[in-house]
Amino acid sequence: MYGNAYIEGGSDGVNTLVAGEDPVKLAEFEARIAAGDKIEPKDWMPKEYKKQLVRMIEQHAHSEVIGALPEGTWITRAPGFRRKLALMAKVQDEIGHAQLLYSAAETLGKSREDMINDLINGKSKYSNVFNYPAVTWADSAVIAWLIDAGAIVNQLANSKGSYGPYVRALERICAEESFHLKYGHDNVVFLATGTPKQREMVQDALNRWWEPIMHFFGPSDKASQHTEILMRWKVKMASNDDMRQTYLDMYVPKIWDLGLTLPDPNLKKNEETGKWEYTEPNWDVFKQVISGNGPCNKERLAVRRMAEEKGRWVRNAILRKEASYVTPLS
Amino acid sequence: MELTERHVEGLKELLYKMADDQLIIGHRNSEWTGLGPILEEDIAFSSMAQDKIGQSHALFELLNGLGENEPDIVAFTRNSNQFHNCQLVELPIGEYDFSLVRHFYFDHAEALRFEALMDSSFEPLSMIARKYKGEIKYHTLHADSWLKILAKGTEESFTRIQNNINEFFPHALGIFEQGDYEKELIEADIFIGEEALRTRWYEKISALLTSFGYSVPALDSATPIYGGRKGVHTPSLQPLLDEMTEVFSIDPTAEW
Repeated sequence: MYGNAYIEGGSDGVNTLVAGEDPVKLAEFEARIAAGDKIEPKDWMPKEYKKQLVRMIEQHAHSEVIGALPEGTWITRAPGFRRKLALMAKVQDEIGHAQLLYSAAETLGKSREDMINDLINGKSKYSNVFNYPAVTWADSAVIAWLIDAGAIVNQLANSKGSYGPYVRALERICAEESFHLKYGHDNVVFLATGTPKQREMVQDALNRWWEPIMHFFGPSDKASQHTEILMRWKVKMASNDDMRQTYLDMYVPKIWDLGLTLPDPNLKKNEETGKWEYTEPNWDVFKQVISGNGPCNKERLAVRRMAEEKGRWVRNAILRKEASYVTPLS
Repeated sequence: MELTERHVEGLKELLYKMADDQLIIGHRNSEWTGLGPILEEDIAFSSMAQDKIGQSHALFELLNGLGENEPDIVAFTRNSNQFHNCQLVELPIGEYDFSLVRHFYFDHAEALRFEALMDSSFEPLSMIARKYKGEIKYHTLHADSWLKILAKGTEESFTRIQNNINEFFPHALGIFEQGDYEKELIEADIFIGEEALRTRWYEKISALLTSFGYSVPALDSATPIYGGRKGVHTPSLQPLLDEMTEVFSIDPTAEW
């Protein structure tokens, strides 16, 4: 699962993305993308295209690894064989997604080890949503349903992008995520239609997760030449607001159908415009969490750092310097 | 031959210890998810964990057929003194070297146990043994590959593995703690018995460890760590069970 990428840099009026590029090669490159061609690792590409993609795929991979932590803590607590087996398989899928994505990013020249080092040093980001705790079993159900649902909206859009290895990885990932969504939905249905205690657990979890869910797709995009070029290059595929609207349209009715409520009295669909209206989530909180001050940022990175340090002797033992990675897994 | 009450009790004892072993080792293996030394190992340990938990469930279903409570109730409502797993499987995952050596010791014993049970006169058990043979093959293959690689990796990797081989050999021997019905199980051709299994296991792991370049602990110099099969456990098991049953025990009659 995954949130939206945080695309950085670029300011209005200054065309920094294409500065210094060969205009002929750039025109050919853009024509290929416009024609629906996929760009492959050995093809010519603008430096900024590569840079933005590495950043984006890397963030996505990190999100899968870190995302395994809040849900992973519930594997050992899952109630009953059926849930235990399903949650194990789900979280395992997420780790598998990280493996696919690191491999896709490696085709652009950055090694998995460098990416993981940047993650644990705090240099590269991961989806903000994983900086919140999964307080009860119901939180893990809400994550599996509604965060994975958000990830699907995002990843389906990105799977129409221009970079071949990323697109192919996303196609495989989306197929698995759709099972996660079914698992999460089934889980929430059992809680929502269960005992009063179970209903209370799932409603509380939903109340806790609503703001992170609204944050999930990121703040409204600023109109800029930067964003425009990234959309033309099919690096960024849809605006954050459009994805949020798609999501609300698909899932709010399903949540209400279960007799659950959402903690936003202004949330409703405007039938005239066809758009959902809502209270803007607190974007200052979002920025605080992104900058490392969320409830779990430090814990998540500490766990990851510990895993890396404890596993170093294993990696050293299997390292073969002559073997270098060139072929993407998908 | 006609099964007496003692045969059935022996069969249940066998099934309980196998089901508990698989449940607890599966639970421990799953704790590597998100924390492995490389992503590929998170994935491998998770796969094995899923297989073990699935096998455990199948064995609890067999017990259910013999009159015991249903699998979720049996697995999620007992205390540690009612568990019959060997102590080896309940120890915390520790460092990766320990988890690998435990995996090697336990999975070879398990593979040979299932292989022997393919010929069990108790048909439902021999069917299960046949069904899961293919899964377990990959578990021992995984353990063997890693022990082999780490023997030839660095001095540190070799030493770490060798130390764990030595230190946890007595725990591994605890897998083969005999029950009260060995004679009945053997005479009814339900199972070959723990002693015969231990002989096969020691031959197997000795040959493998030697071929990888490790030294093999001597059988007669080690005192096996018993107790697990009789409900005597280390302080590690009850906290594991408390965690495992935390949600289920909110309301064991609810549907989760």
